[in-house]
Amino acid sequence: MSTTTPPAPASAAGPAPIATRLRSVWTGLGSSVSASSALGIGLGLIALHVLLAVLAPLISGHDPVMTDSTAALSGSSWAHWLGTDQYGRDILSRTLHGGQYALLVTFLATTIAVGIGTVLGCVTAYADNWFDEVVMRVVDALLSVPSILALLVVVTVFDSGLWVIVLAVTVVYAPAVTRVVRGAARTVITQDYVTAARARGEGSLSIVFREILPNVTDVVLVEFAMRASWIVLLISTLSFLGFGANPPTPDWGLMVQENRTALTVVPLGTLAPVVALATLVIGLNLSADGLSKTLGVDRAQRGATS
Amino acid sequence: MSPDNTATEITTPVVDKQPTGGARPGGAAVTTALLVLRRVGTALLTVLLASFFVFFAVQALPGDVAQQLLGQDATPDAVAALRETLGLDQNVWARYGQWLVGASHGDFGVSLVSGAPVGPDLLVAFRNSMLIAVPALLVGVTLSLTLGVVAGVRRGRPSDHAISLISLVVMSVPEFMVATILVLLFAVAIPIFPAVVLRGDSATVAELLPSVWLPAIVLTLAMAAYIVRTARSSTIDVMASEFVTTAELKGLSTRQVVWRHAVPSALLPTLNVVALNVAWLLGGVVVVENVFNYPGMGKLMLESVFNRDLPTIQAIAVVSALVYVVCNLAADLIALALDPRLRTRRKVRS
Repeated sequence: MSTTTPPAPASAAGPAPIATRLRSVWTGLGSSVSASSALGIGLGLIALHVLLAVLAPLISGHDPVMTDSTAALSGSSWAHWLGTDQYGRDILSRTLHGGQYALLVTFLATTIAVGIGTVLGCVTAYADNWFDEVVMRVVDALLSVPSILALLVVVTVFDSGLWVIVLAVTVVYAPAVTRVVRGAARTVITQDYVTAARARGEGSLSIVFREILPNVTDVVLVEFAMRASWIVLLISTLSFLGFGANPPTPDWGLMVQENRTALTVVPLGTLAPVVALATLVIGLNLSADGLSKTLGVDRAQRGATS
Repeated sequence: MSPDNTATEITTPVVDKQPTGGARPGGAAVTTALLVLRRVGTALLTVLLASFFVFFAVQALPGDVAQQLLGQDATPDAVAALRETLGLDQNVWARYGQWLVGASHGDFGVSLVSGAPVGPDLLVAFRNSMLIAVPALLVGVTLSLTLGVVAGVRRGRPSDHAISLISLVVMSVPEFMVATILVLLFAVAIPIFPAVVLRGDSATVAELLPSVWLPAIVLTLAMAAYIVRTARSSTIDVMASEFVTTAELKGLSTRQVVWRHAVPSALLPTLNVVALNVAWLLGGVVVVENVFNYPGMGKLMLESVFNRDLPTIQAIAVVSALVYVVCNLAADLIALALDPRLRTRRKVRS
């Protein structure tokens, strides 16, 4: 990862300060390239993870849940490239398979949460009346309860099935998305084309879905990438705490939990899943950065309101 | 510092003052006092709503508490008797009212597991968590604001690249991994700090002090990365603005331009992120306290979820909500005090 370029300097349209004006001659040229290269590297990392997760059953030479007590805690060898864990399970296979669960849950949860949040955000921004006020108070109240507590309670009560976790993550993240999208939609509503649509006598639904929604797509895309990076970490944290994936399942958070005690004996057992997890999150973050720069979405402003 | 007192002081008006603050029509008169009053009213309403959600969400959980406490082979009579003692046979609204009045005095009922009152245990856990969260917050915010402003001012230079890259990596590595690595380095390889807290819930502040460092460092790192990034992009925005160019053209030195003109404006959007991070800390302590076996609120949260100790879960949720709301209120009020532009707007966005 040492070759990864950091988030590129924003291609500021305003007048550059004198201190950086000279430099802007050559960074100005590179800034747009860097923004898209951050996006490129980010999307590349995500694509790589998706590809590895899909191909895992084909390319990993071992069954990720097969135990072999004779080969427990072995180091790197020709048979086990990254060694084995305390039950003799192949670490490489487990790491490759570990992405499946994380990616699936993250994709489902992020899509549903961002979808609900987007629609609700646009509708409340357009309504701008008692309904808006009520929804925002409810959103505030939901945001004030720690997300990890809500998740833990839901997961213990309803078992840690895939859909339970997806649902719980949705409930936890949809309010935050609602807030961000509502902020973006409020600026869209003051635009002339919305006034024109109103003057044409278009219905509220038509205005929300055909005028407002398409114009907050940039914010929604960035929001998607950023929420996804948080949700990946949240889900692995749940697994680490013992509330996520159930034990024989290969999952990165769970692998760290299992192999943490043997860190000095087989360091790869802990490092491999963490590197996999970190590269996925870095990919998502770089995508969010690249998207926000190429689409002109201000991340700082959004961070302040999320 | 006595968190329970502050909690009581702030929670009590939820019942009393809320109508006066919340019912006022916003935007009728744009005096600052009204803005502040409206914002405080909104905050109180939010806490009240949060307590409502928490209480009814916990009540809606499947499973009978009395049955669960007595085990599957308890006689129906015994279950009915226990339900009566716990007050479960009453109307749920009546129970909510009682619970809310109790909670506003710091009385969160009795733990289903230990049988002891929840309040004092929660207070100790909260104090222990503050021991790691407050230093982490102070150091983390100072450090990350400085780094963020430095990176923003020197954007595109090697120091900016280094700061941005490091914060990206730190942000992407889960806290449990940072914690594990620190234990390996400073408790196993070079044994300076204890790896885990061996004394349980009864440990005093003095006994806990040696164990505070590693958890606090983990929290600092995890929190700092986000603030660095916000402060950096916010600084970049401000440095490109017209008033900074004016200040430069006036002939001020770079130091004066940055510290007197750019930084105050750049820090405003960061203020809310800091407030959100305080709330995040309450969740972040769960992982950290689990790794270090530190007897704080995060560990109490995990234990109560494991044991389905509903009164404790409710109490933790409400106290966390209160801290979140108070921090955001403080951030908004500070922003209001620092930035005159906010006072002339129609109403405060909450």
